Amino acid sequence: MKDDIIILGHGSGAGLTRRLIREVFASRFEMPTLDDAACVDHRIAVTTDSYVVDPLFFPGGDIGRLSVTGTINDLCVCGSEPAYLVAGFIIEEGFSIARLRQIVDSMQETAMEAGVKIIAGDTKVVERGKCDGVFITTTGIGFRPAGVELSTRNIEAGDRIVVNGSLGDHTVAIINARQNLGLLPAPQSDCAPLHEIVRILLNTTKLRFARDATRGGVATILNEIYEDTGLGLILDESALPVKQSTSVVCELLGLDPLYLANEGKMVAIVSAATDEMLSQLQAHRYGWDSAVIGEVTTEVKGVYLRTSLGSLRPLLMLDSDPLPRIC
Amino acid sequence: MTAPVNLNHFRQPELIGKILQDLHDFQRPVSFMEVCGSHTMAIGHWGLRKLLPRNIRLISGPGCPVCVTPASVIDELSRLKGITIATFGDLIRVPGSRQTLEQARARGADVHTVYSPLEALELSKQGETIFVGIGFETTIPGIAHTVLEAARLNLADFSVLVLCKLIPPALKALLSDPEVKIDGLILPGHVSVVTGTQAYEFIPDKFGIGGVVTGFEPLDIVLGIKKLTNQLGAPQISNEYSRMVSREGNQVAQAMMAEVFSTGAALWRGLGEIPDSGLQLRSKYSSFDALAKYGLNITADQENTACQCGSVLKGKIQPSECPLYANTCTPANPVGPCMVSSEGSCAAFYKYER
Repeated sequence: MKDDIIILGHGSGAGLTRRLIREVFASRFEMPTLDDAACVDHRIAVTTDSYVVDPLFFPGGDIGRLSVTGTINDLCVCGSEPAYLVAGFIIEEGFSIARLRQIVDSMQETAMEAGVKIIAGDTKVVERGKCDGVFITTTGIGFRPAGVELSTRNIEAGDRIVVNGSLGDHTVAIINARQNLGLLPAPQSDCAPLHEIVRILLNTTKLRFARDATRGGVATILNEIYEDTGLGLILDESALPVKQSTSVVCELLGLDPLYLANEGKMVAIVSAATDEMLSQLQAHRYGWDSAVIGEVTTEVKGVYLRTSLGSLRPLLMLDSDPLPRIC
Repeated sequence: MTAPVNLNHFRQPELIGKILQDLHDFQRPVSFMEVCGSHTMAIGHWGLRKLLPRNIRLISGPGCPVCVTPASVIDELSRLKGITIATFGDLIRVPGSRQTLEQARARGADVHTVYSPLEALELSKQGETIFVGIGFETTIPGIAHTVLEAARLNLADFSVLVLCKLIPPALKALLSDPEVKIDGLILPGHVSVVTGTQAYEFIPDKFGIGGVVTGFEPLDIVLGIKKLTNQLGAPQISNEYSRMVSREGNQVAQAMMAEVFSTGAALWRGLGEIPDSGLQLRSKYSSFDALAKYGLNITADQENTACQCGSVLKGKIQPSECPLYANTCTPANPVGPCMVSSEGSCAAFYKYER
C-alpha cells in the first residue's frame, strides 16, 4: 500500500477502505468475497459492524438505534431474516450512566421494531480521552430462506436500479449537528431497519442484488457493481429522490447526494420494476419515496448519470470522503 | 430581503436546449476560457462540453485557489509542532513533498477542517492556531472579517497564513502572454459579487476581447457563451448574473478587504509571480501574520519538468494533451497543481470529460 499509516480516509467506505480491506484483511483472512455479511452454512448469515458517531444523539436517531439498524441492514441486504444481535460497548471513563441508559433503551426499542433479540454483550471501560463517549460493536445473526441468493453475479443488462427513498439525509443531518450550521427545521437522519423493504422486494419482483447505501453512498455501490460485473449503469437525474433541504445543503457545500451516507436506504437491482413492487414500497413508512433511478446496460462502460439536459456525466469511485469546497 | 431564487428556473431543459440549438448555428472556431474553478465544475457537472458544438472550445483558467497555492505551504505547516492548523477542506489532501495535511494529522498534527474562518477564532481560545487563508475575492472578505474580530477580541493566539489572491491582476498577466489565444472570458460569478463587473473593464480596452459574468447554473452558462459569441466584433464586459452581481460590487466587503490588507506581488503555482495579485496584512494587523510569527518560508515549488500545468492554466493545451495526464498524474496521485483539487482543470477533466 502507498500509505504507511491509517488516515481517516481509510474509514470512508470509498476506494481507500476497499484497498485496505483487500490488501490487509482479505489477503490474510479466509474471505472469499468482500460482502457485508457472510454465510457460515447455506442458511446462517453473520455480520459485524462498529459504530462511532459524533454527536452520539442526532436528529432522527442516536448511536444506539444506528448500531442496531446498521447491522440488521447488512444482514437483510444479503436476503437473510435478522434474528439475533450481540453487542460490545467501549465506554469512556466519566460517561453519564443516564445517557448510556438512553442509548440502551434506543437499541432495545429498535431491536423490537425489527423483531430481533439482543442476546449477549460485552463491556469495556477505557480512560478518559481513549474513546469518544461510547463506541458500540454489534454482531448480527440471520437466517436465509432457501432459494434466496443475492449477488452481483445475478445482475443482467436491462435490470432496473431502485432506491427506497431520499438520498444523503443522514450525512446532512450529521453535518448540520456537528458543524452547528443551525438549519431549521434540523434535517433528520433516515436511520431505519430495512428488513421489511427487502421482504417487499423479494415478494414482488426478482431481486438480484441489494446493498445498504451507507458510507460512500449510492455512487460507490454502483461502481462496485461495475467492477464486479463489467456491466454499465446509467442513472436518471430527474428520477433521483433528494429532499429539498438536502439538496440546498449540498449546493452550498459542493457535495453530491449520490456520494453521501444513508442509514435507512438501499440500492436494489431488480429484474423488473413492477407496479406492485412500487406501490408496496411506497405504502411503507421507510419506502414512501422509493424510486426507480436507472438501469443496467451494455451501452456504456462504467457508471453514468443522465443529466436533466440529456448529457451523460461519469460517476467515478471516490478514494475517500467528499470534501466541502472553499467557494 | 429578496425572494429566494428557485434554481429550477435556471435548469429548464427546453430553454437550455433552444440556446444550445442556436449555438450550433454558430460556425466560427472560438476558444472561451472559464476563469473560475466552480464554473469548470459546473460545466463538467452538467456535461455541457458534450452538448456544445465542436467549434466552441471551453478552456479552464487559473481560478482554483488550491491549485495555484505553492505546495511548500504544506511542508511548512507540517513542520510546526504544537500549533493548531485550521483549514478549508480543499487543502487537506494536497500533497506536500512528504505528506498531506491529512497524513500529518494521522501522525499527530492538530489539523482541523473548518467551514468558516471564524471557527479558527474559537480554536485559538484553546491554543495557538493558524488559519490557512487561501482563496480569491469570494473568501477574502470573510477572512478580513475574521482578522477584524480577532483584533476586537484581542486574541493573541490567532494568526492567518495569508495566501489570498486576486483575480483581475491574474487575468491581466494571463492575457499579456502573447501565446495565450482566447476569444472571450466566462468571468467568475462569486468573485464578481464582491468585485463588481467594473474590475474587468480594462479587458476589452487593453486586450480587445470581451467577457461575461455568469452564474453557475446551466442556463447561466449557456447564456454567457451565447453572449460571448454575439459580442465577438464589439467586445465588452456584460453581466448575465445580475441577480447577484452589480457594476460596483459589494462595497462593504471591498472596504473590509482594504482595511485589513494591502496588495503586493504573489506567487501563483504554475504561473509564477504576478504583480499586485496578492495580499498582505497591513501593519496594524501584523500581529496576526503567521508568516512572520512562525518564520514560514513559502517558496516556488520544484515542479516535475514534464508537468504541463502552466500551459493548462494558461489555456494553451487541454489537460489530456499533457504526457503525465491520467498516467502518472491522477487525482489519487497528483503530480501537478491542476490535479490536486477537485476544482482543478485536470482533476475536473479527469472526473467529467474522459
